[in-house]
Amino acid sequence: MAEVMRSETLNISNNTSSLASPELLHVLAVDDSIVDRKFIERLLRVSSCKVTVVDSATRALQYLGLDGDNNSVGFEDLKINLIMTDYSMPGMTGYELLKKIKESSAFKEIPVVIMSSENILPRIDRCLEEGAEDFLLKPVKLSDVKRLRDSLLKAEERVFKNIMHKRELEANDIYSQLKRTKI
Amino acid sequence: MQRQVALIKQSLFDQGYLDEQFMELEELQDDANPNFVEEVATLYFKDSARLINNIDQALERGSFDFNRLDSYMHQFKGSSTSIGASKVKTECTMFREYCRAGNAEGCLRTFKQLKKEHATLRKKLEQYFQASKR
Repeated sequence: MAEVMRSETLNISNNTSSLASPELLHVLAVDDSIVDRKFIERLLRVSSCKVTVVDSATRALQYLGLDGDNNSVGFEDLKINLIMTDYSMPGMTGYELLKKIKESSAFKEIPVVIMSSENILPRIDRCLEEGAEDFLLKPVKLSDVKRLRDSLLKAEERVFKNIMHKRELEANDIYSQLKRTKI
Repeated sequence: MQRQVALIKQSLFDQGYLDEQFMELEELQDDANPNFVEEVATLYFKDSARLINNIDQALERGSFDFNRLDSYMHQFKGSSTSIGASKVKTECTMFREYCRAGNAEGCLRTFKQLKKEHATLRKKLEQYFQASKR
């Protein structure tokens, strides 16, 4: 008996991993100190991350398209996996930048890490309350960066596995439907 | 030459000019980036020269804006910490204490010492990097 298979468009969800490129986390680093910018950039490169460094919170917002002029239009393809920002910066502080990022629908899911040379408990609490992923004391250690990277990669792996599992379920579902419609 | 490089480095650590942070920087150097530490040092001395200049001018004016001075010194201390400039960092901390106490005399004295430590470190690091290249 001939099987008539209805041509079904496989409507499997097209979510892709949010990794900037295979296995490469893209980190946006913000610091007003030229020495610290060079240092954090190197730490991230050594940890196999793609790095974008800016010298102020304002420039970070411009980069993300959150500076009011753009409203994230055209920035949907921008893949940032982590933002690391200094706390004490002239103009907008790292804390204010953190708040702006957490208020934005486009970027509020991105983990934000605050770096500071001062070990001030109320400051740390305030940042964590506002949704900071972590608070690092300067000078930042390579082990700190590697730890962050590893936990982000694990999270990405979980997302990836969930997507694959979901696809598998959808594929099985479609297969069963096709089987049932067979004449 | 290697021996001389090692000796210069050892004396910088023994005399307290540099701390472990400098070693952390050296760990980040590799064949693809063999001059990383020197590059950081160059940036540091350029940036700190600017800060020293700003502070000199502020002090010369005679009116002690302790908030502003403290702010400059916060930056100075930050970058000194990042490069492992131990003695300079200590002077920065002392200067900030004097700022908070509103002690102009203390600020002037400490700043003089800071500039001395800074100049010495600069010279010694220049020797170190020169020797490393031969």
